[in-house]
Amino acid sequence: MKTTDLIGTAVSNTFRSKTRTLLTVLAIFVGAFTLTLTSGLGTGINAYIDDTLAGIGASDIMTVTKNADTATDPTSTEPEKYDPDAVQSGVGPATTTVTALTPDDIDELATIDGVLEVTPVISVTPDYIETESSDPYVVSIAGVMEGQSAQLAAGSMIDDGDDLELLLPTSYVDVLGFSSAEDAVGATVTIAITDNEREQHLIDATIVGVADETLASPAGAGAVANDALTDALFDAQSTGLTDEEADRYAQATVRFADDATDDEIADLKQNLEDAGYTGTTVEDQLGAFTAVIDGIVFVLNAFAIIALLAAAFGIVNTLLMSVQERTREIGLMKAMGLGSGKVFGLFSLEATFIGFLGSAIGVVLAMLAGTALSSALSGSLLADLPGLTLIAFDPASIAVIILAVMAIAFLAGTLPAARAARADPVSSLRYE
Amino acid sequence: MTRTPVLAARDLRRSYGRGQNSFDALRGVSFEIFEGETVAIVGKSGSGKSTLMHVLALMDEPTSGTVELSGTDTRRLRGRVLNKVRNRTFGFVFQQFFLTPKATVLDNVTLPLTIAGVPRSERRARGMAALAQLELADKARSKANDLSGGQKQRVVIARALVNQPRIIFADEPTGNLDSTTGAIVEDILFQLNRETGITLVIVTHDETLAARCDRRLVIRDGELVDETRRAAA
Ligand SMILES: Nc1ncnc2c1ncn2[C@@H]1O[C@H](COP(=O)(O)OP(=O)(O)OP(=O)(O)O)[C@@H](O)[C@H]1O
Ligand SMILES: [Mg+2]
Repeated sequence: MKTTDLIGTAVSNTFRSKTRTLLTVLAIFVGAFTLTLTSGLGTGINAYIDDTLAGIGASDIMTVTKNADTATDPTSTEPEKYDPDAVQSGVGPATTTVTALTPDDIDELATIDGVLEVTPVISVTPDYIETESSDPYVVSIAGVMEGQSAQLAAGSMIDDGDDLELLLPTSYVDVLGFSSAEDAVGATVTIAITDNEREQHLIDATIVGVADETLASPAGAGAVANDALTDALFDAQSTGLTDEEADRYAQATVRFADDATDDEIADLKQNLEDAGYTGTTVEDQLGAFTAVIDGIVFVLNAFAIIALLAAAFGIVNTLLMSVQERTREIGLMKAMGLGSGKVFGLFSLEATFIGFLGSAIGVVLAMLAGTALSSALSGSLLADLPGLTLIAFDPASIAVIILAVMAIAFLAGTLPAARAARADPVSSLRYE
Repeated sequence: MTRTPVLAARDLRRSYGRGQNSFDALRGVSFEIFEGETVAIVGKSGSGKSTLMHVLALMDEPTSGTVELSGTDTRRLRGRVLNKVRNRTFGFVFQQFFLTPKATVLDNVTLPLTIAGVPRSERRARGMAALAQLELADKARSKANDLSGGQKQRVVIARALVNQPRIIFADEPTGNLDSTTGAIVEDILFQLNRETGITLVIVTHDETLAARCDRRLVIRDGELVDETRRAAA
């Protein structure tokens, strides 16, 4: 028997007992549908986290702060000794006090084993942002680290040139008097910043792009400045300070080898710790979050796989009945010279085809349902998280699901198929 | 005259079961069948006719003894080769029809060709030719289930001869049919034998059918008790 005939026969045999096939296909459908949705959920959320990671910074970067010399006990109510280098870091209730980094610290960091490059993080605190036709609005401005990206709603990413450029967060588009994100691109804004001598400086910059406010865009809900603008703001802010006074940084970024293993990263952190600094990677910041998502997706996938296993027993049952019913037909085909291998192939192909039907239908419907669901949710419940497609599908994992279900179905089919292959033609023909 | 028999049974024995429950269905049967002969195997129910036919058709292995096909010892045939020999050399008509009820008549008839791996278009042509031979060409597209008993038996015969076998084994070909339809089916088989020289081995209870064959092999309790040759016509 030729392979094409074998497949054709297996497929048409599948439709011989329609109700039974339908029920088995339904069972697989439920499993495949669930598995597609849960893995789509994983894909969607992880893609969002990946984008977020790209926003926070490259994976070979660590944020370094200096530990306060005298470890202050946060629960202590004793009066605290004044430390001229202490800087508040973080916002809201979770503020921690760290010691500012001086140029000496930056130099010391550069000598630590595993550190490739140290860049101090310059922080600027502008007073407001405005356009000619708008009221002034409070804004925070941050620079970008190497490897960071933003999700743009319009325009392009800032570049490293000499022009003063910035990315405006979407929420500022309306208040600064622009009709749309596209309208804002190319416009000039004025940023006010006060120096140490309480004198206000006004600096003009060009909006080159409008960025979505994702969970972790480089500046959170603030604007993103290119190096030229950051430097200009910093210089303005530092007017009247001595160099020594000006060059104080709350934190620095440290770049390490991009192929560093987890162990090497741990070593680097330990080296930093020994020298009196604390290093935090992007993974550290998001690690707990990803772990929770992975855990949830894993549990959901496990449920879907249990459903598929139950469906596999359905396949075993269906095919055993089918082998039983077709005993004489099998005997006849064997008498006419059909080899045992082909008989095995016939039934295992039938099982695989049932698996294919169930998974293909399940996957297609799950993709439709998932897409509908996530677009409905992104317009309502998840509207505050632009860029999040709750359930996303990538072709590779869809293919893996279909193939995996077919493999499970094939395995389930081997038992009945082996029984059919073993059948002795004479006793099969005598079978009543 | 030393012609090689197309099929020869040499002291065939077949026992079922073991020890106390062992049962000898064939107890040393020997005979020869020549190309183009029509041979009836007759005997009471349970005498071992079907068992003998299964052994001759290489579907069952004898406990001892050999079956020779055109002089070759078939014990040496195994697996793929054996399947091929069965597929090419034999056509089967069984006690029951063994048609796939929901498949078309044509698909049922071409089953041996499908198994042999014959391309679809050739299968179609040869299947239609076989059906035409049995005057069933107009039923080719019908479901096998929708035919009358006589028509079904003719489909079975078409299936048995579609691969142009050298030997057709028929186990009670008329057992399921009324006498008129039975007679028609018999006529078809003997006509085939006359026209194409196909060898017929027919297992039957029916005395008149046995009488039409060149030879009768009478089996009783697994032994060949009588071998009558019809006076050459
Ligand atoms: N698988 C088996 N196990 C045990 N005994 C068997 C088996 N197959 C056949 N027999 C026995 O072998 C004997 C011969 O059976 P067989 O089917 O050849 O008879 P038969 O001559 O074809 O009868 P009938 O005319 O009724 O078809 C019977 O007694 C039967 O019970
Ligand atoms: Mg019998």
